[in-house]
Amino acid sequence: MAQKKFVVGCFDDEKVLFPAVKQVRAAGYKIKDVYTPFPVHGLDHALGMRETSLHTAGFIYGITGTTTAISTISWIFTKDWPLNIGGKPHFALPAWIPIIFELTVLFAAVGMVMTFMWLCQMAPGVKKHHFHKRATDDLFVMVIECTEKTNAEDLKALLASNGAVETDIQVAEEDWWFGTYDNDNENLYKQVAH
Amino acid sequence: MASIKEQFEIPGKLKTWAYALIGIGGVALLLGMFTQGFSKDEHEQVHFWGTLMYNTIFWTLVTNAAMFFLCFSTMAQAAWMQSFRRIAEAISTLVPVFGSITLLVLLYVVLGEKHHIYHWLDAEAVAKDPILKGKVGFLNPTFFIIWTTLAIALWSYFGYRMRQISREADENPMDAETAKSFNIRSMTRSGFFLVWFGLTVASTVPWLWLMSIDAHWYSTMYSWYTFASSFVAGMALIALWVIYVKNKGYLELTNAEHLHDIAKFMFAFSIFWTYLWFSQYMLIWYANIPEETVYFKHRVQGPYKPIFFLNLVINFLAPLIILMKRSAKRNFTLVAFMAILILFGHWIDFYQMVMGSLMKEHVTLGWLDFGILGFFVGVLILMVARSLASKPLVPKYHPFLKESIIHQV
Repeated sequence: MAQKKFVVGCFDDEKVLFPAVKQVRAAGYKIKDVYTPFPVHGLDHALGMRETSLHTAGFIYGITGTTTAISTISWIFTKDWPLNIGGKPHFALPAWIPIIFELTVLFAAVGMVMTFMWLCQMAPGVKKHHFHKRATDDLFVMVIECTEKTNAEDLKALLASNGAVETDIQVAEEDWWFGTYDNDNENLYKQVAH
Repeated sequence: MASIKEQFEIPGKLKTWAYALIGIGGVALLLGMFTQGFSKDEHEQVHFWGTLMYNTIFWTLVTNAAMFFLCFSTMAQAAWMQSFRRIAEAISTLVPVFGSITLLVLLYVVLGEKHHIYHWLDAEAVAKDPILKGKVGFLNPTFFIIWTTLAIALWSYFGYRMRQISREADENPMDAETAKSFNIRSMTRSGFFLVWFGLTVASTVPWLWLMSIDAHWYSTMYSWYTFASSFVAGMALIALWVIYVKNKGYLELTNAEHLHDIAKFMFAFSIFWTYLWFSQYMLIWYANIPEETVYFKHRVQGPYKPIFFLNLVINFLAPLIILMKRSAKRNFTLVAFMAILILFGHWIDFYQMVMGSLMKEHVTLGWLDFGILGFFVGVLILMVARSLASKPLVPKYHPFLKESIIHQV
């Protein structure tokens, strides 16, 4: 739990956003993230993010599922409780394939969802600071974390000169927390409703 | 777009290879025809005509799969394949050629060969056989010939219509209205092909041509299995040609993003093929009823055992393991290797589907098989290259082309 200082720039068009991302990175700033209302193709590359490892994790979960299924069924049907089913051999691999397949899929799917939730810090009750409410509506919100060397005013000017429609300096909680949002946000909801 | 090389010129080396393959294959074909095809020995006849049958049927269905790919993409209004659609179109021009050969071979088998390949042609045996009697409305020479002719003719015709409309995108820029009507007309034309494809390749044609070799036996998976086999091989063939033509310095608009999606089709439909392979096998294995297991008896426990399991290794395990990674699907060399492997694998699959039923005692894979394969590959290379050279490689005014250029996976 740590409060940090951020510079926030809001863009209302993808076509403006991409050159802006390039310019801000070229100027030597490290972009924390860009919050967008919908998935934007190629933005992850523009931001220089590394390839996700989620699929490697998925493969490992899948293999775990396969191994679990094979070892469990083969132990049950050949060692623990061998049954004569239709005169088939005890080690009846074809009959087990559907179950092996199902467990592989189950392990991979559940494991990947869990990992995804973990990576994105999403769970019931988990709250994170919203840099701009309209990030879920029609604004692309670029957030840059300030270091000791950052001149926030310069950065704001840079963002504005690259087409940001709104710029802003926020001191905000960087991590997630359990609980509710503060009163400010409740006021914001009221304003919108009004 | 003037700077883009969009007119394919056939490299001399390719021509040499094609002629060499046709030459060697032609010699093998003629040699086989006169020593075995017209010999007195029933076994040798079956060997030759069976070999010719599975080769022509395989290549007809594989080239037809290229048109199927174009049609379902058009129906889904897909844009990503527009930058290399001429490759698939060129492959599909082979349908009338291979289709005619198939028709000739099947006509000979039905009219001249009598009942050594298709047991249901033997009228005396059918009269004494209650099972075959029940199938006589479907398995009879008249229906067989009419349906076969119709199938091949209509695949060729609907495919031709699809290729014709694609040429309209070469001539003039389209405004919004023209593009809209062009799109609707393309979809209508692809619809005709798809419906006919469903009535033939995905159902009746594999029953007639292949499953009826074991006239008593049947499997509800069989047509889907044949379709999956030919479709995955068709995608591999498209991949191979895209990579070859790209390698020669053409197709600048087609890149790793497009290859990634083609390889995804190869990967996904290899799994789909395995799903059908397994569904067919497991139910018969589990029920263990003699009239059903007769199909697998000599394949799993007899002389075809190595080929039967090699089939599974090449067509399932290899694509599963090698093509799983994203970086593998974007690697031109690896995809080319996998495409050749998959094509070979499904050729072997067709081999065991036909010859496994005709020559139950021993595996006959030898010079005749590879010779005839060489002949078909030679014809394929030559005619696809010619068809590619006859029109621009990129339909430059196609309304979806831009979407294909910026395609990203």
